[in-house]
Amino acid sequence: MNVDLNEKSSEQNNVTSDKPKILDIRDVSIAYGGELAVRNVTLPIFEKSITAIIGPSGCGKSTLLRSLNRMNDFIENVDQTGVISLKGDDLYGADTDPVEVRLKIGMVFQKPNPFPKSIYRNIAWGPTINGMEGDIEERVLTALKQSALWDEVKDRLQDSALNLSGGQQQRLCIARALAMEPEIILMDEPCSALDPVSTSRIEDLLFELKEKYTIVIVTHNMQQAARVSEYTAFLENGVLVEFGDTDQVFTRPANQRTEEYVTGRFG
Amino acid sequence: MISANLRRRHLIASLFRWSCIAVTGVAVAILCVLIYQVTTVGMPWLDLQFLDSFPSRFPEKAGIKSALYGTIWLVGLTALFAIPTGVLAAIYLEEYAPNNRFTRFIDINIANLAGVPSIVYGILGLALFVRFFHLERSVVSGALTMSLLILPVIVIASKEAIRAVPQSLRQAAFAVGATRWQVTRAHVLPSAIPGILTGVILALSRAIGETAPLIMIGALTYIAFVPEGPMDEFTALPIQIFNWTARPQQEFHELASAGIIVLLVVLLLMNSVAVYIRFRGSRREK
Ligand SMILES: Nc1ncnc2c1ncn2[C@@H]1O[C@H](COP(=O)(O)OP(=O)(O)OP(=O)(O)O)[C@@H](O)[C@H]1O
Ligand SMILES: [Mg+2]
Repeated sequence: MNVDLNEKSSEQNNVTSDKPKILDIRDVSIAYGGELAVRNVTLPIFEKSITAIIGPSGCGKSTLLRSLNRMNDFIENVDQTGVISLKGDDLYGADTDPVEVRLKIGMVFQKPNPFPKSIYRNIAWGPTINGMEGDIEERVLTALKQSALWDEVKDRLQDSALNLSGGQQQRLCIARALAMEPEIILMDEPCSALDPVSTSRIEDLLFELKEKYTIVIVTHNMQQAARVSEYTAFLENGVLVEFGDTDQVFTRPANQRTEEYVTGRFG
Repeated sequence: MISANLRRRHLIASLFRWSCIAVTGVAVAILCVLIYQVTTVGMPWLDLQFLDSFPSRFPEKAGIKSALYGTIWLVGLTALFAIPTGVLAAIYLEEYAPNNRFTRFIDINIANLAGVPSIVYGILGLALFVRFFHLERSVVSGALTMSLLILPVIVIASKEAIRAVPQSLRQAAFAVGATRWQVTRAHVLPSAIPGILTGVILALSRAIGETAPLIMIGALTYIAFVPEGPMDEFTALPIQIFNWTARPQQEFHELASAGIIVLLVVLLLMNSVAVYIRFRGSRREK
């Protein structure tokens, strides 16, 4: 693929927000073994809001998301340029500890991936190894309540997490991320393996979470993006085509590609 | 048309199934004959006196004590040397080493080492441990030589077990702010332990049965004492068994069978320890 790197394709409206910027993604490009997957993306993430990243399969959503808490570090052959900063601190600075980055920026994965341990241990492990202050048990209970799982599991905290249903497992993974009290939670298609009921429970959950947390969510579900997010970024072929208020992106997109995609006339 | 085709496919499927059953049956049958043969011949000789006596020219006085103790020392020390080294090497290669040409070069050569004939390890042990390090014909020399012999097996089996741990599990752990070591210690190793143990048992079983390298480094056949420390001379079960079968008298052949039974029992005990550890591990997982 030969695409001009200097091509500034994004028709970004100058999005203004009364909320402060928490993450600043500047001119980020990511390549796998020389093949560009994300191209010159510049994107702000605002504090205590939900930002949705949408776009066709393979356009680089997961790649971009993983770069925000340095999960790309574990993939071979990744080259990244540009700057990502959390409240002014460079996430990829020479003296930045990636473990600390992941403490501040948690992640929920596309497929539920609980530890093959008890429900309790799943949540307690992170706070324990990081020597977090306060009562761990209290923390586990709070996280389970926040993720709307408490009523279903309160009598069997010592059961294996693998015995939970897919939707419950995903809420457990969200609880696991919440127990770390990160500043930002990244979610990569958290509902893609879930039924509509579980999905709507998680969406309800998102509404509550944004009071306290900043959330970046990748989704293939246009309705979901429109329902839950305040800001929407549309990626295509690694390029940020449009970023703006969700209302504006879905009702008055500035770019024709965006319009085609959100209205389903894509391709 | 379709139904004829389908019938043929069912036929092939059941043919394949029955050939598998037949082949398995043959293997199990041979094993049964072997065990039957050995037990009927050896059982009458197997008593406390046999276990508690040193080798002798008189079959009724001869026993396996020195060989049994020698083997326990040998396998114990080999396990002590080889298991930590092998598992740590596997952890390094899978979890830490960069995926570059040097790592691949090491990988390939470990696989090659697993195929080197055991006598070659014997020669190496003789030159390196017995002569160069002046460890003489001691249990330590034997155990170090055996460790070299089984190390590749342990490394390869452990690597496979570690690689089989799903990447998503590691990512989940990293995402809650774990360090590489915490991820390995708390999630990768517990998940990989059954596979690692299987490899360890296979390797130790091999060590218990190997004779050639021990002969090479000069493990004696006639020893009328048990090793008291790692620097003592020793003999081992397979050497004693081999020695008895090499004698002309029928009684000694029967003693050899009794020795084989002892060897098999030691092996089974080792296996059951591994099964127990696996069981305990899987219970704690919950
Ligand atoms: N580990 C990897 N190694 C090499 N190439 C990769 C890797 N992961 C992703 N890619 C490539 O990078 C591009 C973007 O992938 P990415 O997973 O970010 O897409 P996505 O937008 O998340 O797609 P989907 O919606 O299907 O999840 C794709 O072309 C993909 O083939
Ligand atoms: Mg993806």
